[in-house]
Amino acid sequence: MDRVPILKIGQVLFVSIQIDLQDDSVVQLQEDLADQLAATSARGVIIDITAVEVVDSFIGRMLAMTGSISRLFDAETVLVGMRPAVAITLTELGLSLKGVRTALNAEKGLQLLGGTGDG
Amino acid sequence: METHSDLQRMAAYLREQADELLKRWADLVLTGSRGLTSADDVRRELDDLLHLVLRSMTDADELAGGELRAALAELSRSRARSGYSPSETALAVFALKDAVHEFVADAAELVPEFLAFSRMIDDLGLHTFETYAAAREEIIADQAEAMLELSTPVVRLWDGIIAVPLIGTLDSARTQLVMEKLLDALLATGADHAVIDVTGVPTVDTEVAQHLLKTVMAARLLGAECTICGIRPQIAHTIVSLGIEFGDITTKATLADALAYALSRAGLKIGPV
Repeated sequence: MDRVPILKIGQVLFVSIQIDLQDDSVVQLQEDLADQLAATSARGVIIDITAVEVVDSFIGRMLAMTGSISRLFDAETVLVGMRPAVAITLTELGLSLKGVRTALNAEKGLQLLGGTGDG
Repeated sequence: METHSDLQRMAAYLREQADELLKRWADLVLTGSRGLTSADDVRRELDDLLHLVLRSMTDADELAGGELRAALAELSRSRARSGYSPSETALAVFALKDAVHEFVADAAELVPEFLAFSRMIDDLGLHTFETYAAAREEIIADQAEAMLELSTPVVRLWDGIIAVPLIGTLDSARTQLVMEKLLDALLATGADHAVIDVTGVPTVDTEVAQHLLKTVMAARLLGAECTICGIRPQIAHTIVSLGIEFGDITTKATLADALAYALSRAGLKIGPV
């Protein structure tokens, strides 16, 4: 199983998903992320899904859940680089990813976390 | 077969006076064509057709029938595109019958031959008409597609702010296209604010509203904020009567208000110079 690396940049955990997401790798990522958040007390999490071309309802729900988990550690989650096709799929699935913020790219995501939160 | 020999005799008879016949046919077609084509063009077209007709009337040439139909299909297709009416198109074929009738009118012994010939021309006329209708359908389908493309522009209002003016009725196919175009534009321009202007949308029902909401949600997933503006008074009434909730989506009265709002979100404002 592929593991997704979690990088710590300052007060932010940066996760760039470069693989085709499988159900178990998402679950693994969620656990790893929770461990890291507990260990580093980071303020924010950026999940870069630029390379993700296909999502299903499970992965969509997992992404939303990751946001809720991070919130418990007082960290904000920003999902960046979503492709239009993925966005359309998630909307059709009725997932609006409440609790997760979104940004067009990693740079804007960092701005969002770095600033007051208004972007 | 009886009809075949009739047709063959007719073909032999017509071939003798092919030139005269062509001239008469061309005259008949030209009088009914409102000057949409030149006399030379008509004569050339009909010359080819007449040869094919005569060839297909003799058994010796089996391919001619197919060729004739293809040529007629081509003729009616080009006429459909250049704005001929259906009857004007069919006239091109039926005029041959009139022309031939003038030639055989005083030859009483050619009646069975003329009948067989007439039946064949009727057949060809129907074929022409059918191709004409098919060509028209094709044109309409092409136009519908072109209109769909035309009716969904994405314009850049400001650095980081794009607008989608929607004009015309929204249906599922169109909203899908709007959604895709909007998301692609957000990605391409790096804009983080989109304004959907519905001034040109005549009616809104629950389905359309649902589509709009989906578009806004999808844009949000990309990290962009959406504002809807230009809802007409009657439509506002409908939306409220239908109980449609726009939730936390920002709506503004006019495009100008929406732009001002988007600018203020980007930390900009317009002031006197």
